[in-house]
Amino acid sequence: MKSTHPVIQALALFTMAFLYLPLFGVAIYSVNAAEKGVVWEGFSLRWYVELFQDEWILQTAWNTLELALVSTVIATVIGTLVAFGMNRFPWGKKANNLLDILLHIPVVTPDIIMAGALVVAFEGLRLVADVFEPGMVNMIIAHITFQIAFVALVVRSRLASLGFDVEEAARDLFADNWYVIRRVMLPLMLPGIVAGAMLAFTLSLDDFVLSFFTAGPDSQTLPLYIYAAVRKGVTPEIHALSTLVVLITVILVIAAERLSRKNEKH
Amino acid sequence: MKSNKGKDLIIQDVDKSFGSVHVLKTVNQVVKAGEFFTLLGPSGCGKTTLLRIIAGLEIPTSGAIILGDENITSLPANKRHVNMVFQSYALFPHLNIYENIAFGLRSRKMNAAEIERRVSYGLEMLALEPMKKRMPDQLSGGQKQRVALARALVNEPDILLLDEPMSALDAKLRASVQEELRRLQRKLGTTFIMVTHDQDEALVCSDRIAVMSEGNIVQCGTSEEVYDYPCNRFVAEFLGAANMIQAKRVDGGVQTDLGFFTLSKIPTWSEGLITIRPEWIRICESQPASNGLLVTVEDSVYRGTNFDLLVTPGNLRVRTSSYKHFKPGDQIWLELTATDLVALGE
Amino acid sequence: MKKLIIWHGELTTRGSLQRRGYSFLSSGMLWLLFFLVLPSLVLVALSFASRGSYGEVIWKFTLENYTRLMGFSVFGWTPDYLFILARSVEVAFLTTLISVIFSYPLSFFIASRPKNTRYLWLTLVIVPFWTNIVIRAYAWFLLLAPEFPLAKLATAVGLIPPETPLYPSAFAVYLGMVSMFLPFVTLPLYSSVERLDWSLVEAAQDLYSSRTRVFFKAILPQTMPGLSVGIVLTFVPAMGTFVIPDLLGGAKYMLVGNLIQQQFGASRDWSFGAAVCMGLMVLTMISLQLYRRRGEEIDLL
Repeated sequence: MKSTHPVIQALALFTMAFLYLPLFGVAIYSVNAAEKGVVWEGFSLRWYVELFQDEWILQTAWNTLELALVSTVIATVIGTLVAFGMNRFPWGKKANNLLDILLHIPVVTPDIIMAGALVVAFEGLRLVADVFEPGMVNMIIAHITFQIAFVALVVRSRLASLGFDVEEAARDLFADNWYVIRRVMLPLMLPGIVAGAMLAFTLSLDDFVLSFFTAGPDSQTLPLYIYAAVRKGVTPEIHALSTLVVLITVILVIAAERLSRKNEKH
Repeated sequence: MKSNKGKDLIIQDVDKSFGSVHVLKTVNQVVKAGEFFTLLGPSGCGKTTLLRIIAGLEIPTSGAIILGDENITSLPANKRHVNMVFQSYALFPHLNIYENIAFGLRSRKMNAAEIERRVSYGLEMLALEPMKKRMPDQLSGGQKQRVALARALVNEPDILLLDEPMSALDAKLRASVQEELRRLQRKLGTTFIMVTHDQDEALVCSDRIAVMSEGNIVQCGTSEEVYDYPCNRFVAEFLGAANMIQAKRVDGGVQTDLGFFTLSKIPTWSEGLITIRPEWIRICESQPASNGLLVTVEDSVYRGTNFDLLVTPGNLRVRTSSYKHFKPGDQIWLELTATDLVALGE
Repeated sequence: MKKLIIWHGELTTRGSLQRRGYSFLSSGMLWLLFFLVLPSLVLVALSFASRGSYGEVIWKFTLENYTRLMGFSVFGWTPDYLFILARSVEVAFLTTLISVIFSYPLSFFIASRPKNTRYLWLTLVIVPFWTNIVIRAYAWFLLLAPEFPLAKLATAVGLIPPETPLYPSAFAVYLGMVSMFLPFVTLPLYSSVERLDWSLVEAAQDLYSSRTRVFFKAILPQTMPGLSVGIVLTFVPAMGTFVIPDLLGGAKYMLVGNLIQQQFGASRDWSFGAAVCMGLMVLTMISLQLYRRRGEEIDLL
């Protein structure tokens, strides 16, 4: 490929800077000793320290984590089963299309529509059981609903790349169904499953819209907390919190990317 | 790995259709125990389908597969004592070479000592010992093929199936692998059934070749039989270059546009094709006693080991050693001997 | 006797195979049916209902939500909602356009990097993609603060009074939207750019003297799949975003997303909210078809 025109390079780098500048700003000001305003008063980690002393924030962080863990585990199991069911069985073209559409709906639909639908759904379910008050249960259900699609798509793509040769070879070598799944399919699917799970986890941690509509007073999550806080006024503590959240996301995304890179070798 | 106790494979009236596509048309064939049998044919002729039916990866629409005295038609692949080397090798990417080879033994819950013994023997026989801990993606094409072979052979199958085993290898490697495969089969005594579209491969490796076309076995015989005495035009041309001459049967021989020729085996038809391979046509100093033809050289192509001449009349191809140099325009006498001319069937 | 088939080496019947397949699919499909499809259908039904005085739903078929959307209410025709719709389309369109314009150079740039660093650059683009929308939105508060060059520039030109931040404003919303959605375009576009056949581009360069023609004739058609996916992932979601306009645009700067949020929140007019959702949903369905048709070549996840 030909080397790039300097204008293109400049534009590209400008775009990258544009994407990162706001986040860097937040990170830099999270270590600004100043309590208010944008004047730099020296390096300080005190806002991070205060974070860890704030009961409410710690509780919120715990909620976020709990929500992400529970929903991810359930969604990963269900998503993997769906992916396996879609890819490894003989469905006709129409059926495959239908399933494919169903899986893509959560990906393409604006969050707000899904949120609206869920608000309505939970109202209905509340008539049946009290547990569907806005709160953790609702949030977990909401998260699982979109996570299933993402996990299924990732795992399905992994399954598709595996092909059927290895399965036939395993059977040629005397393996029965269970042995094929246990010793061949699952190990080969595992990178895809883990990548899907990590993606789902990240999506849950950073979800705002769905959480906003399904949260209850006791189940606030970090994104919701930040939203409420910045509407009142930005503080360095918020900057510190945001920086931490971004860092965690970055680590998770990089790890998930690493895993899917490893996939491609096989 | 001892050779397996003489089980013949009988393919009986096997017919297979995929929807409206009729892939195998009532195929009948016997593969004798211990032979290297090749299914040769162009793509789409049904050879791979037939192989997969023997493996248990396809089920015939009708017909039976009998191994020894057992009808295995309805036996699932994982219960058949038949193992396959896949075209893509299908090695398990998440297992190392040792574990790949051991797969078929572990799946049958063999005891550890036996597994170790067999796998070691397999590794040694296919020169894979130094890479037993490596992963498949670290191996070359030739090495992967050996692993696939070992993986199948450690199970001491009654029949080893090979699906276009050399198609993924480069040309140089192919020649040596063909010979190694032949040696391996002779050493083990296991029945090998190979599918290929490469006639050289078939001729080098096989005891017998079944030439297939459009779902039928057109001719089956030893390499020499199929090459020297093709039964029809398709077989003749598929196995190598062949000159086609239209002929009418007359008293004592055949009459063609190029003259009268005698054949050692007189055809049964009244009109048909006779063929002679380029390398069998002899170039003579002067007119031969019989079956002679005076031709003019149209073109001469040098191929290192020989020259390929195109002569008229008859548009015949003649292969001659590289000692003799002929130029376009030269007039030469050819002899198409009676033993080398073959009459073709339908 | 049931007809036996062989499915990738396994001897079974079609029925038994399908039964097993259903059991795998059931949990996921039931979940999505129950928590996604059914609620969506209820939403559709809801859009034809109306709101009672206490915010409850009156289940009687009426088109008043839709007519209200068009602007026809008891008080005569008000184009308020249509304005919101128009503004949303405008914002979505411009956001998508700007994102596309900047995604091409970025994609070319990454594609021109040596193979082992490409992955690094892609990760750099992916990371903001996954970061929290709230954080990315409010992060602009800093850069748009009065003490910083951007706001100072605007003051100097007389656009805003001095000592005020550059938000809430339409400009801030655009900044937030583009920074949010740019990766949505870049990633799929990059997939196409990576597979570009440069020989075709060079041929076009021989034929056409103008760069723009080379672009439209050789580059654009080849990158269509990725571009389509990028547009689909940006346009409709941009219309439905409410966090960014809310934080950076203020209460008066509403998009469709804010409108919906209002109905399901403070206004508690679910039937109207449902109707607005339907509008957006129609656009989503169109996008979905486009995505599935073009998206096969793009492996996003």
